[in-house]
Parts: sequence; structure tokens; C-alpha cells
Amino acid sequence: MAAVSALRAPSGGFSFDNCARNSLLEAELGQKGQRLPAARKTGTTIAGVVFKDGVVLGADTRATEGMVVADKNCSKIHYISSNIYCCGAGTAADTEMTTQLIASNLELHALSTGRLPRVVTANQMLKQMLFRYQGYIGAALVLGGVDVTGPHLYSIYPHGSTDKLPYVTMGSGSLAAMAVFEDKYKPDMEEEEAKQLVRDAIAAGIYNDLGSGSNIDICVISKNKLDFIRPYDVANRKGERYGRYKCERGTTAVLTENVAHLEIEVVDETVQTMDTS
Amino acid sequence: MKEAWFCYNNPYFVFQESRGAASLLKDSIPITDFSLPGSFEGHGLRRGFPCVKNELVPSHPLELSEKNFQLNQDKTNFAMLRNIQGLHAPLKLQMELRAVKQAQRLPFLHSSNMALDTLRGNDECIGFEDILNDPSQSEVMGEPHMMMEYKLGLL
Repeated sequence: MAAVSALRAPSGGFSFDNCARNSLLEAELGQKGQRLPAARKTGTTIAGVVFKDGVVLGADTRATEGMVVADKNCSKIHYISSNIYCCGAGTAADTEMTTQLIASNLELHALSTGRLPRVVTANQMLKQMLFRYQGYIGAALVLGGVDVTGPHLYSIYPHGSTDKLPYVTMGSGSLAAMAVFEDKYKPDMEEEEAKQLVRDAIAAGIYNDLGSGSNIDICVISKNKLDFIRPYDVANRKGERYGRYKCERGTTAVLTENVAHLEIEVVDETVQTMDTS
Repeated sequence: MKEAWFCYNNPYFVFQESRGAASLLKDSIPITDFSLPGSFEGHGLRRGFPCVKNELVPSHPLELSEKNFQLNQDKTNFAMLRNIQGLHAPLKLQMELRAVKQAQRLPFLHSSNMALDTLRGNDECIGFEDILNDPSQSEVMGEPHMMMEYKLGLL
């Protein structure tokens, strides 16, 4: 067993031991024209809008791995607390782990203060963590929720900058979704209007961006209730077969039939008991 | 005091002795202490060929900042506290931290550092250092005799 030297006490967190090896491997594979396997990204359209009583968050459900769809129905709206939800774009593992970590931190914080957590707290925690890792954690997030001070919506970029806006979009389909928002957004909308607007924005992303697809998930957060509608709309429906292509027996006429027997002799028979305990 | 009795009579509690005045001057982990320690058999795929340049320069831009992160946080916080409340505040806190850092298990065993975490406020936070590479679940351990000799300054 390898012995660790006496000089450094082991610490937790990220280990950079393999970085030199990885860069060496990448250089060698690059010479031969091959590439290292790509991380699974969510290549997404996510959007959020503030309406009269709260916040509506929307996301598509496709996860890509290079040029292949890795997950046709993944859930991109993550739970942060009972009144705060977060959509994630970028590297799927990064968004998943980041949101879970912040959800745990916020729960501990809420237990310590004894109050319902605020959206701005989650925002500060996320931006401080993402800035600490200087953008190497590829998580672009849309954070929305309702707390004692009202409804709030933030967008958080992988390097740690945040924006507080009434409507935000992120991901590869963000431009298509933002075009829909810019056209149709009005302040103080009703809930149904806001849901329809977000649905239209995500649909624009799904139809015009290759990295987004499948269904549209919606999450409506308001002071008294939380609606997590998955799926709200199935934008890309798989094609349905119109007919059966199986042939019935007797479709083809039989002209002649020739049966040849195979002579098989039992030479040896062994029985092996299987351990099913 | 009950804690002092426990510390003196428990054979597994060792007070950390500083290795001379030099250790008091260091306020960050030395830059040369990078590569996976304790292996001089580094040829081949694991880390490429051993090379002095690789040892001096960090293999990832984040490596240095992550190593010193806790120290830098402490420095920033104490500087801010000094500016707001005066010199006595960080002095008292640093005295408490130093007192608590002295109660550790033997060097090759993992200490829980519970008092240290409480003082720093890490008992109410969770980060990557709690999830990834948990030192209490480490698959390798130090050579006990060597580590004790190094700590006592005999090596």
C-alpha cells in the first residue's frame, strides 16, 4: 500500500493529482487524432419570469453528450428549498451537485436562523461558490423563488456574476427564448398568461436549437402554493406508426415442403447444482 | 477543567509541538509541495515522466488557490475584524483557534477537529471538502513511525 509522506495532512475537496496525467493523455490522443470523451452537457433552454404573485420557471428536458442525446426526459428544475427552485444549464453533473450543495447549505442556514430562507441568500451562496472555482464549475443557473420580501428572479453565470431581472433565459437556446420574452413580456401578468409566455419561450428554444428538445417543464412558485408541472407540454412528439408491417401466415403460398431429421445421440449428461442462496 | 483532564489522561490526545520558530513564520502552504507525495516511482502513465518543472508549477490553475483557500479566508476575515472592532477581536479569536488546533490525535490518525469547525463556523456549512475525498475515508495512510518521528523532530 502506498504510504503518504509525513509532510502534508490529507484534506478533503477536489484533488488535482490527475491533471498532469490528463493533459499528457490529451496531448497524446490529439497526436493520433482522437479526443477524450466529452462530459454530458444539458445544452438547454431555461427561462424564468416574474408575474404578479410570484415566479414561473421553465425548462426543456434534453441532455446531450457531444452529438448524441443522452437523456430524453431529464429534470432540469432543481429543488433548493420549499419556496425556491433553480433551473440549471451547462454541465449536468455540475448543476446537479451545485444545486444540491446549496440546498443543503440553505437548509442548515434556515435551521440556524429559524426563518424561511430568502432567494438572495441562495444567490449569494451560489455566486461565492462559483467565483471560488473561477468558472471551472460549468453551471449556468436561473434561480427563482418567493420569500417574505416578495418574488425574485436571478440569473447566475458560471464565473460567478449574477443579474436580478424580471425575465431571464440561459442555455444554448437562450437567444430564441429571449426573443419571445422581449416581444411578449408585460409587467404584472396573471398566472396563466405567465405560464403561456414561458411555454412559448421554451418552445422557441426547442424548435430552433439542436441542444434543446423533448418536453417543457414548468414550475410556478407563489406565496401560497407551488406547482411543479412535469411535463407541461410535450413539444416534440415521437412519430406514431400508422400501420402494421407484419405479414399474416399464409400470405405467401407454400409450393413444396421437405423435412430432414437430425440424428442426435445423448453421449453424456451432467447435473450442476446452482447456488441460489 | 474537565476538558483538560481528558486531554492529559487520554493516551490518544497529543499536543502539537511546533517544529521550531520557522513554522510560526509560515502563513501559507509552501509552493513546492505539489505533486502526489511519497512516490519516487513515478514513471509511465500515472503522472508522466518525473520532471522538476512539473513539480514546481501547479498542474491546474485552481490548485494553488484551493490549497490556500481556508488560510486566505481567515486572513481576510481577521483583517476586516481588526478594522471594524480593533486589534483585540482577531487576537482573541486567533488565540482560541490556536488553543483548539493543539488538541489533535496522533499524526497518522484523522482528528475530527470539531472545536475548530465550530469556531470557524464550518459546522453549519457543507462544501466539496465534506463530500469529495473525505480524509477519514482515505484508502492510504501515513507510515506511523516516520510521521511520529517527523513530528517530534527526530527525523
